[in-house]
Amino acid sequence: MLNRTADSVARATPEPLARKVRGISDKGLAWLFISPTILLLLAINIFPLFWAIYLSFTNFRANRPNEVVKNLGLANYKRILADQDIWIAMQTTAHFVFWTILLQTLIGFTLAWLIDRKFRGHAFWTTIILVPMMLSPAVVGNFWRFLYEPQIGLFAYAVSFVTGIPATEISMLSNVSLAPWSIIIVDTWMWTPYVMLICLAGLRSIPEYIYEAAEVDRASNWRQFWSITLPMALPFIMLAVLFRGIENFKMFDMVNLLTGGGPGSTTEVASITLKRQAFESWRTGYSSAFAIILFVAVFGLANIYVKALNKVKQR
Amino acid sequence: MKSTLKLALGLASTLFASTAVSNVAQAEDLTLCWAAWDPANALVELSKDFTKETGIGMKFEFVPWTNYADRFLNELNSHGKLCDLIIGDSQWIGGAAENGHYVKLNDFFDKEKISMDDFVPATVVGYSEWPKNSPNYWALPAMGDVVGWTYRKDWFSKPELQKEFKEKYGWDLGPPTTFDQLKQIAEFFQKRDIDGKTVYGASIYTERGSEGITMGAMDVLYSFGFQYENPKKPYEMEGFVNSDKSVKGLEFYKALYDCCTPPGASNSYMGEGVDAFKSGQVAMHMNFAFTWPGLQKDENVGGDKIGYFVNPKGSDGDQFAQLGGQGISVVSYSDKQEAALKYIKWFANKDVQSKWWSLGGYSCLNAVVKDPAFPASQPYAQTFLDSMAIVKDFWAEPSYAPLLQASQKRFHDYVVAGQGSAKDALDGLVKDWTEVFQDDGKM
Repeated sequence: MLNRTADSVARATPEPLARKVRGISDKGLAWLFISPTILLLLAINIFPLFWAIYLSFTNFRANRPNEVVKNLGLANYKRILADQDIWIAMQTTAHFVFWTILLQTLIGFTLAWLIDRKFRGHAFWTTIILVPMMLSPAVVGNFWRFLYEPQIGLFAYAVSFVTGIPATEISMLSNVSLAPWSIIIVDTWMWTPYVMLICLAGLRSIPEYIYEAAEVDRASNWRQFWSITLPMALPFIMLAVLFRGIENFKMFDMVNLLTGGGPGSTTEVASITLKRQAFESWRTGYSSAFAIILFVAVFGLANIYVKALNKVKQR
Repeated sequence: MKSTLKLALGLASTLFASTAVSNVAQAEDLTLCWAAWDPANALVELSKDFTKETGIGMKFEFVPWTNYADRFLNELNSHGKLCDLIIGDSQWIGGAAENGHYVKLNDFFDKEKISMDDFVPATVVGYSEWPKNSPNYWALPAMGDVVGWTYRKDWFSKPELQKEFKEKYGWDLGPPTTFDQLKQIAEFFQKRDIDGKTVYGASIYTERGSEGITMGAMDVLYSFGFQYENPKKPYEMEGFVNSDKSVKGLEFYKALYDCCTPPGASNSYMGEGVDAFKSGQVAMHMNFAFTWPGLQKDENVGGDKIGYFVNPKGSDGDQFAQLGGQGISVVSYSDKQEAALKYIKWFANKDVQSKWWSLGGYSCLNAVVKDPAFPASQPYAQTFLDSMAIVKDFWAEPSYAPLLQASQKRFHDYVVAGQGSAKDALDGLVKDWTEVFQDDGKM
C-alpha cells in the first residue's frame, strides 16, 4: 500500500522537478531543512545583536525618532564603567547570583541524594518537590508577595510564631536588609527542584558496581560519598550551576514582581537597571552599551566555566 | 441543480454583503486609548451618546496604570495606528508635541470655535500647552485631577478620640490645614485600636517602579518651597531643587513615612492607597481625586464616614498640590483623524461635559465647574475645586522620563531605604537632572 502511494507520488511529480530534487545532495537537503531555522535565528537573534552593537556607539533614543543620531564612539561604554549606580547594580546581581546558586546547589544536591535512596514513596515526593518549578514566575512572584505581607502574610506569621517578633514588624519586602533575602528565598524555593533533577540524573548515572567494589574494600559510607558520589556527580552539579548562574545573572521577573528593585535601589539587579534605562528613560544607545557589557561578561564567564567543566569531565 | 446553485450563490452574496457592511462600520470605529481605571468606565458610558449622534462606533484600549506609560509611549514611538485618540499623561505633552505624535489642534479649535479660555487655566497649561504658557495646543483638557486627601470622618468624630486628641495636642481633631497638623493626626492614629482593629495614620505614595513616590513627595515639597528651577533663569536648579526649604520638605515626607504608614507600605501608589483606606487600615489617605467617587460610594468607608481635604500648607504657609489628569489628543499616525476630531468637538460640548462629571469624570470646563450648583453636586466637589486652584506639575519636557526616573530613585533611596540625607538626595537630583538637560543640549 505504502509502495503504491510512493509510486503514484513519483509518477505524479513533474519530470523537471523530480530531476531537480534528485540533483540535491544530502548536504544540500540538510541545509534546505535547517535554513528556515537559521534565517529565523539571524532575524531575531544575530541581527538584533549587531544592531545593538551599532546603537551602543550612538546617542540614539527610541522615543525620539526624528532626532539626528550622533556617533559617540566609546563614550557610552566609558560612562557606564564610571557610573557608580551601575557598579552597585552589578554588586547586587553578584550577591544574588552567589547566594541563590550556593543554596540551590546545597539543598538541591541533598534532596537528590535523599531521593536517590529510593525510600518508600520517593516517586510521590519527587513530584511534590518539582511543583514550584512548574509554576509560572508571575504566579510565584504574586503569591509570595502576599505571603510576605506583614499584616496578612503567612510567612510573617510563621516567623512571628517561631521568633516571637510581632508579624507586623516583619516586613520582608520593605526592609533594606531583608529585601534581598526575600528574593533569594523565593528563587531558591522555585529553582532548587531543577538543580535536584540534574543532580539526580548525575547520581543515577554512577554505576552500581563501583559502590559494590567499595563495599568489598570496606570503604565507609562517608568515604564512598567523598571518593565516588561527589566526584562522579560533580560534572552534573557544575552543569546545574552553569544553567542557574546564567539564568540568575539575567533575573528580572521575580525581582520586578516582588520588590521592583526597592526599597530604594537595594534589590536593583543589573537587568532592572537595564530595563529602566532602555524602556523608561529611553536611553537606547546607552542601554545597548550596557547590554553588550553584560553579554560579554556572561559569555566570558560561561566560557571559562565550560572549560573548567570539560576538565572535570576528562578527569 | 440550477436552483441549488442559485440558492448557494444567493446565500454567499448575502453573507458577503453583510460582512462587507460590518467591515465598513468597523472601518469607521475609533479607538480611544487610556488607563484602565474608574473614569475610563465612565467614558465608555458617555461615548455611547457620541455613537448615537454620529454613527461612529467607539472601541477602547485601556491599560493598567503600571503599564500605561510603557505601553502607550511604545505605541506612539513606533508610530503605531492602534490609537486614534489618546488620553495621555500630562507629562507626555512635551515629548509628544516635539516628536510629532499628537496633531496640533490650534486650527481645529479656531475653526470649531473651541476656546481654551473656557477651560480651567491650570488644566490648559498642564494638559494642552507645549511649550508651557504658549498658545500651542496639542490636547483638549479631558480629565481634571489633583492629589488631595480623604479621612475617616467617623473616626474623627468619636467623642473619646476627640477628647484624647485635644488633651494631647491642644487643638480640635479635624481635617488638618498644615502638614504639621497632618503629622500629629497621623501619629495619633498610628497603631491605635479602633473597633477592635489596629489602624494606622496615613497612606502616602511610596511606589518605586513608575511615578508614585515622586508624585507623593512633590505634593508635599511644593508647599515647603520646592521649585524646579530659577524662575528667572530656566534650567538653573542649584539652590531651588535643593534649597533648605526643599530639604525640610523631604525630611518631613520621610518622617511621615517612618512614623505613620501601615507596615509594609514601601511600594504604595493609587491602588494600594485605595485598598488601605477601603479596608479600614488608615485614618487618612493621599490620592488623586479620581479615586473619590468610588470611595464615596463604598459601603464600608463611604457616605457619611468619609471626608475630604485639600493638601495642607507647608511650614511657611505656602499651599500647593500635585497636578494629575490628562488631555485628549488626536494621534498623528491615525488614518481616522477627521472622525477623531469630531469626537473632540463633541467632547468639548457643555452638555457632554456636565454628563461627564455626573458619571464620575472630572470635567475641566469652566461652565461646569463654575456652575453655582457644582460645589454641592458631590461631597468632594468643593475640595476638588480648591485643589485645582493650587496645582503644580512635574517637568513636562520631552525628557520627562529620565527626569522622573532620577527622582524616583533619589526619593526612594532616601525616604524608604533610609540611605543618606535629604540634602544628599536633592543634591543628587540636581546632578541627575543637570545631566539630562545637558544631554538634551538645553544647558
